[in-house]
Amino acid sequence: MTKINVVALFSGILFSIGLGISGMTKPQKVIGFLDILGEWDMSLIFVMVGGIITYLIFNLFIKIKLETPLLVKDFYTPSKSKIDRNLIFGSILFGAGWGLGGYCPGPAITSIGTGSLGTLLFVFSMGLGMFIEDRFIAPIISLYKIQHT
Amino acid sequence: MVNGEFVMPLLGGVLIGVSSGIMLLFNGRTTGISGIFSGLLFKREHEETWRSYFLAGLIFGGFVLQYLNPELFENTTGRSLLVLVTSGLLVGIGSKLGRGCTSGHGVCGIGRLSVTSLVATVVFVLAGMFLVSIVQPFYN
Repeated sequence: MTKINVVALFSGILFSIGLGISGMTKPQKVIGFLDILGEWDMSLIFVMVGGIITYLIFNLFIKIKLETPLLVKDFYTPSKSKIDRNLIFGSILFGAGWGLGGYCPGPAITSIGTGSLGTLLFVFSMGLGMFIEDRFIAPIISLYKIQHT
Repeated sequence: MVNGEFVMPLLGGVLIGVSSGIMLLFNGRTTGISGIFSGLLFKREHEETWRSYFLAGLIFGGFVLQYLNPELFENTTGRSLLVLVTSGLLVGIGSKLGRGCTSGHGVCGIGRLSVTSLVATVVFVLAGMFLVSIVQPFYN
């Protein structure tokens, strides 16, 4: 196992613990946050704030102190991506799915180990959705060049 | 929210931030779970085994957690399998088209001070709130 993979494995375990103890592996906590007309559960905000501030500190430290990551030659962070129709429309669909089931990709994959049929089906259909986007939706969009408007 | 109930969510968030920070520090990667998952499904790039290791860590961690405390994975939302399949399809299509999810845009993107990610996060939170407001009355 290369060092890169050891870091990825460790990081994945840490991520799952973060999701688990924060309550985000319970879909009712997510739906409770999105349910502004019901009994509002603001836990998710604290998860986001904790994550964002911690990542911000890492990011600043890395930008100031390092030219390259410790194990690879370059940073693979997303290039300046534009606010376009794909971003907005994709985020609307994502948000709708997130609210409908109460799962986003991280908690769903972390819950695979429970063996619950619902979670397994969710992860499978999420992969299927990505396949549909990759093979059908994205080619159609580039055919009509909608993304350049 | 009762006093002190924010501690575990905040601590969990910090762990998620540390996990993503470590990925950036050592491997130079953004920790977007939807991107890691779809990258594993479609991209056949060289030296991409780290994606499998990250997801293996996520699944292994989840497996140990549910062994220690099954309550953490309790689902009381009453969603049927058909609803879960539909929401999975939407999450899959949406995160790929929108180039990110809660972790990629919401934590790493905003943590990078990316306006694009902030916009994406605001849009998917609002879309989620809108949908829950319509659907939730049927479940209560």
